[in-house]
Amino acid sequence: MALEDMRSPIESGCPDGFQYMHPTMRKNFGQWKYHEHPRPGVLLHVAHSGDQIWTVKAGTQRILDVYSLRKLTEIGDKFADGYIRFTLRSNIEYMVTDEAKVEPMIKALEDAGFIVGGTANSVAMMSHTQGWLHCDIPGTDASGVVKAMMDELIDEFKQCNMPNRVHITTSCCQINCGGQGDIAINVQHTKPPKINHDLVANVCERPTVVARCPVAAIRPAMVNGKPSLEVDEKKCICCGACFPPCPPMQINDPENSKLAIWVGGNHSNARSKPTFQKLVAAGVPNNPPRWPEATAIVKRILKEYKEGAKDWERINDWIDRIGWPRFFEVTGLPFTKYHIDNWRGARNSLNASTHIRF
Amino acid sequence: MSKATIHDTPMLDELEKGPWPSFISGFKRLRDEHPSEHINKAVGDLLGQLEHSYETRKGYWKGGTVSVFGYGGGIIPRFSEVGNAFPESKEFHTLRVQPTPGNYYTTDMMNQLADSWEKYGSGLITFHGQTGNIMFIGTDTDRIQHFFDEINDYGWDLGGAGPCVRTAMSCVGAARCEQSCANEHAIHRHLVNEFVDDVHRPALPYKFKFKVSGCPNDCQNAIERADFAVIGTWRDDMKVDQAEVKNFIEAKGRQYIIDNVITRCPTNCMTLSDSDELTVDNSNCVRCMHCLNVMTKALSPGDDKGVSILIGGKRTLKIGDLMGTVVVPFKKLDTAEDYEELVEMAGDIIDFFAENALEHERTGEMIERIGLVNFLEGIDIDVNPHMVSNPRQCSYVRMDGWDEEAEKWFERKAEEASA
Repeated sequence: MALEDMRSPIESGCPDGFQYMHPTMRKNFGQWKYHEHPRPGVLLHVAHSGDQIWTVKAGTQRILDVYSLRKLTEIGDKFADGYIRFTLRSNIEYMVTDEAKVEPMIKALEDAGFIVGGTANSVAMMSHTQGWLHCDIPGTDASGVVKAMMDELIDEFKQCNMPNRVHITTSCCQINCGGQGDIAINVQHTKPPKINHDLVANVCERPTVVARCPVAAIRPAMVNGKPSLEVDEKKCICCGACFPPCPPMQINDPENSKLAIWVGGNHSNARSKPTFQKLVAAGVPNNPPRWPEATAIVKRILKEYKEGAKDWERINDWIDRIGWPRFFEVTGLPFTKYHIDNWRGARNSLNASTHIRF
Repeated sequence: MSKATIHDTPMLDELEKGPWPSFISGFKRLRDEHPSEHINKAVGDLLGQLEHSYETRKGYWKGGTVSVFGYGGGIIPRFSEVGNAFPESKEFHTLRVQPTPGNYYTTDMMNQLADSWEKYGSGLITFHGQTGNIMFIGTDTDRIQHFFDEINDYGWDLGGAGPCVRTAMSCVGAARCEQSCANEHAIHRHLVNEFVDDVHRPALPYKFKFKVSGCPNDCQNAIERADFAVIGTWRDDMKVDQAEVKNFIEAKGRQYIIDNVITRCPTNCMTLSDSDELTVDNSNCVRCMHCLNVMTKALSPGDDKGVSILIGGKRTLKIGDLMGTVVVPFKKLDTAEDYEELVEMAGDIIDFFAENALEHERTGEMIERIGLVNFLEGIDIDVNPHMVSNPRQCSYVRMDGWDEEAEKWFERKAEEASA
């Protein structure tokens, strides 16, 4: 575009959502009384005014092609007065005031290949990142992992009969953009970066890279007569933090970048304070196109949680009650020296009591 | 007829099997059926590169510098490292666009966005990325400006990317949730739209995120993920509808309410009488939401609603995960002045962050490094016991300012009492 055709942007920021909101929701904004869960994938909210709104929730492939998007809007036009929203986990929600539209809409969604469910005590849609499709530092794919796993967990998405909701997340590097989850499947590198010393001086701002290392394992060095960086491999924790500011420090390794599985992250303040996820398994192969080993561990954890947890216990609540030794026993996962934390604050995670279950 | 190069994709083809909707099938439809030759070719080569990643287990995108006229951020530039093999997708940039609070749309607006994107992009869209943006995935440098101009004309603006104030997120909220204690829409827009300049022109030490949840269930993961988390809450008594309590017991049984409500209260503040009357010790209720989640008809938040504000949540890089810390235990948000105070406080925090954080340091990491007290003094907020789980436990600290500090506490208490 020629400079004279450029126009200044309209810095409108975040748009007003009320213009896109169902009139019944606008009318009853802040005036809702209670909700019910009439069937999986459907919520009924009742306002103090007596107004009702039915929500139908459906899982999608998240990365939508315009054909799938137009199918979703077509269903919205036909059954939901043209109003939709998306949840945090990329599910679509349709809101209708007429109960009679609910079942036909569910049928239309299912006929079009979308999955109705994901409400209440379901295994919700996995939240995920960009992976090989679009990220510049990924150790694995995101959409593909999630597609393969949701194929296996689809009944739990549709039936909503877990003890409480289960949020699963995936992340393609250890920065963990996928976020905290009841179960998180994250890339875990196991070898230090491989450095292309010919490129470092031209590509990387070396002090920035040195500063980025969480354990001060990187220092400037002359290598083959060129300014470069070297890594103290005894100190290196293989986190990959140096790779984004310095792509010649390649951390991704087709063989040695593995997956690790973490459990018990819980964003809610319900019952206990919010919790971070804890390591339970590592060394899991990063095995496209369907990552069966990771899926098998997730399913094993879910099976034990479903059988062992009391109503309303999230995974962290369940493990708090039964204790970590029992968790490793029932899931058959090995407990190793890597499970014992040595990061800052690690002492808080040690058992300084005789509270021991036998 | 599609003019795309059809690459063999045996691994990606495996992702067309199974019952969950397949993104690969969607990609192939764009490659094979879309009337735009540009889309056919771009998505055709994208599939080729993705298959190559699956086979070699490596990513092949690198960043760069791309933006629109007048802005410095909002675009995630992607240039292919294997562009010679896949030339039609060698530039595949993403535009981050700010959604409405709570992610509300009409189908008409969706279709309009899809029309624009088909003209200038790949036809791939995600609702939404992990920061909360609409992600228009896949266009080249020439087309970005045209696409942005077009959607900017009908009300959409870019989100944040890089070291800047990022796109905010908020939950479904008061529009459809009985637990909501706040106007998430107003909070979200007041905050992020005060800082549009900081969104579009990255100049902070690192990213700064606002997230708004209407109640302590925190459906937006604000405490775990946001530098500035706003959580709706209430400070008077929760509402108990005793008739609905009895209906609940009739439907579920006494054992159920004892096992799932009374004994699950983290502060043991509930009792059930022999006549099935539920009593709450509200002074010890920590607003955890559990009982309200179980008994949606019988129990509701009180009327004296407001928000708690927690500062400093973030994910792993660099020093490990941090939760936000309570900085404002309770704030009313009823009047225009209340909102002004909120926005002013956010501005103070961003200014302090801009001046004091190291490069690539998040707010929570800065607080970890300098200590919460230094941060509070920097933004002129008084200490408060709600900010800690417990007071200091190690005696190795110099406390020769004790008398003055104690006096400040008593003065504040006297002021509160006389207010």
